[in-house]
Amino acid sequence: MDGILLSIRDLRTYFYTEDGIVKAVDGVSFDLRRGETLGIVGESGSGKSVANLSIMRLIPEPPGRIVSGEIIFDGEDLLALTPREMRRIRGKRISMVFQDPMTSLNPFMRISRQLMELTQLHLGHTKRQAYAHAIEMLERVGIPDARMRVDSYPHAFSGGMRQRVMIAMALACEPELLIADEPTTALDVTIQAQILELIKRLKRETGMSVILITHDLGVVAGMADRIIVMYAGKIFEIAPTAKLFATPANPYTKGLLRSVPDPARDAGRELYQIPGLPPDVARLPPGCPFAPRCALAQERCRREFPPFVQIAPDHHSLCHFATEVYAESVREKEAKGASDLNPL
Amino acid sequence: MWEAISSQNASSGSPKVPPSGDGRDLLLEIRDLRVHFDLGGGTLWDRITGGSPARRVVKAVDGVTLVVRSGETLGLVGESGCGKSTLGRAILRLIEPTGGQIIFRGRDLARLSREEMRRERRHLQMIFQDPYASLNPRLTVRDIIAEPLETFGLTRGLETEERVRDLMRKVGLSPRFIKRYPHEFSGGQRQRIGIARALALNPKLIVADEPISALDVSIQAQIMNLLKRLQREFDLTYLFISHDLRAVRYVSDRIAVMYLGKIVELAEARAIYEEPLMPYTKALISAVPVPDPTIELTRRRIVLEGDVPSPLDPPSGCRFRTRCPYAIAQCAEVVPPLVEIKPRHFAACIRISPDEPQIERVAAGEAPGLKRAS
Ligand SMILES: Nc1ncnc2c1ncn2[C@@H]1O[C@H](COP(=O)(O)OP(=O)(O)O)[C@@H](O)[C@H]1O
Ligand SMILES: Nc1ncnc2c1ncn2[C@@H]1O[C@H](COP(=O)(O)OP(=O)(O)O)[C@@H](O)[C@H]1O
Ligand code: SF4
Ligand SMILES: [Mg+2]
Ligand SMILES: [Mg+2]
Repeated sequence: MDGILLSIRDLRTYFYTEDGIVKAVDGVSFDLRRGETLGIVGESGSGKSVANLSIMRLIPEPPGRIVSGEIIFDGEDLLALTPREMRRIRGKRISMVFQDPMTSLNPFMRISRQLMELTQLHLGHTKRQAYAHAIEMLERVGIPDARMRVDSYPHAFSGGMRQRVMIAMALACEPELLIADEPTTALDVTIQAQILELIKRLKRETGMSVILITHDLGVVAGMADRIIVMYAGKIFEIAPTAKLFATPANPYTKGLLRSVPDPARDAGRELYQIPGLPPDVARLPPGCPFAPRCALAQERCRREFPPFVQIAPDHHSLCHFATEVYAESVREKEAKGASDLNPL
Repeated sequence: MWEAISSQNASSGSPKVPPSGDGRDLLLEIRDLRVHFDLGGGTLWDRITGGSPARRVVKAVDGVTLVVRSGETLGLVGESGCGKSTLGRAILRLIEPTGGQIIFRGRDLARLSREEMRRERRHLQMIFQDPYASLNPRLTVRDIIAEPLETFGLTRGLETEERVRDLMRKVGLSPRFIKRYPHEFSGGQRQRIGIARALALNPKLIVADEPISALDVSIQAQIMNLLKRLQREFDLTYLFISHDLRAVRYVSDRIAVMYLGKIVELAEARAIYEEPLMPYTKALISAVPVPDPTIELTRRRIVLEGDVPSPLDPPSGCRFRTRCPYAIAQCAEVVPPLVEIKPRHFAACIRISPDEPQIERVAAGEAPGLKRAS
């Protein structure tokens, strides 16, 4: 194997609404390696969920439609599969967890049954095997007294515990790819820390790949190997985590990074703010979709769609001035490095 | 100096309040505030079987003593369900307190009649997390912002209109949108409408309950900057409630940490972050992800086990003991008072004391705070 588990090429997923065509995902391409954790960040509406629902072939149709692209999973184009073939992949080889666990859990069915159905279907477990496996999965995700609680209904669990149950369901068939869509957004930081630790541990144990969607740059900083920054249905920047944080090459990424309060830098100062609102993707301006909010925008930005500039083989940025922005980041990093050495 | 300011000492007279050493006037003084929700007798099972009909009471706020100084921002943090919103609402008497005092500009709000409270509310306003749920969808922006002005008869006719436009400009909304309805705005703009309405009466104190939690990162920064700017311009005092510790650190002068109805730590914002004393506060801060991979990959995180226990049946003694890595047997027996461990830095833990504020350095099984507390 060449180590690539998933390869997405020029994916476009549009919604045909009364307001016009919502180009929720518009020409997205990336690769995911086996065992890799890829973070996807961006503000709401940037297309993070739609991109991943497209991989799962869960786009509601109508109004949605995958209008073009390829989603090659382990050598097979998922977009060419019949619904039936897709069902054999979904939940078995690719699983998804969501912000709200109740989107995956049936409130009227015991946890044991929900877990057993999965492994009886996908792994051919007998009832007895499936029951034992259900308990084992709950233990693995850290549910105390799993043996006693396996027959409970979802409402008997707290929010954090439900999230664990959903992860147990997602991982029941040892998928090769786990897509986690804002899995901790609704949780307290303490519970978030527990769930992120859990995902890390399970990933180590199984070697699966993870796509982690979040709007919290802090979450991906500690979890992801590489990061994609999305804006208006497009990839604005993609880079290994350390590079993206240290030397971003896109004004939007820089803006996002700077608007998170950092006590060392921002105490007593006005917080950096990106002006304006996230865009309405049914009414994008010509040229760069970020131009109306970008401090660097020139006439060209408002007129011409920007190129996807290669900064390094593993680092790309969608911007007319990507090279300049990158150079500025490098200068800032060097200046900061110098000031770290000399506190005066 | 030792000054316990929690309810546990209230039995021996009224609790003492930390001195306002920095020269700012006290605007609000909360003493031993309690808000209990009585859910009625027993469980359904108890009622059917006639078994123990113990009353089920949620002690959402259970003996909180705090001061808020004029012009400051006091941050209030803690996991969900700890009683932050209940405390904030009780100050405005949107929820009736069960006991205690809320002294605002020299008067105890808890004792005011409804009519007196209604008049006083001019000076106390609230901003909510979900501006959509808190704005009447059938009213235009003009009517939403003008409503408090008209209720209090402060402006009339064209004057009202002018004041509404002025408020819209102040919060960064174009007065061109004065005739629009809430649903025509984005989340961040709706939050600005809520802020304009809260400002209309020139209040002294604004309780902001998770005002940025539902917003995108870039919009959060805009709203935080706006709140800070308005604070300077209108000499506002904020009680800023949030579970986002990065945001609270940025906007607050002092921070109170709440756990299951009680304040467990209180200090200047910098001290809470850089030298937290309570194991709970340490865990909370350590759980916050930092947008810096080099820090994230090297630091050791204190991961708290389990969830916040049910407030219907909170642990005896220190309520944090069931999740505390430092808990010892005595923690189940004594409710730790909030004590000044360092100058102007209060914490409620029997295992630390002014002589040894670092819990990591306290000898195994020792409870130095216990001797002083008794
Ligand atoms: N079922 C749908 N019908 C119409 N538009 C949709 C639908 N689902 C998503 N969209 C639109 O697609 C865009 C991207 O949405 P989404 O992927 O959910 O964003 P994110 O996950 O980044 O917050 C948004 O503008 C959203 O309104
Ligand atoms: N009206 C009510 N009736 C009964 N219980 C309530 C009511 N409001 C809040 N509670 C309970 O009081 C506790 C504190 O809630 P809240 O103040 O909303 O916490 P926070 O804002 O810190 O999340 C919770 O256990 C909550 O369920
Ligand atoms: S082209 Fe202009 S607006 Fe677009 S990202 Fe680059 S600098 Fe920003
Ligand atoms: Mg989403
Ligand atoms: Mg609340």
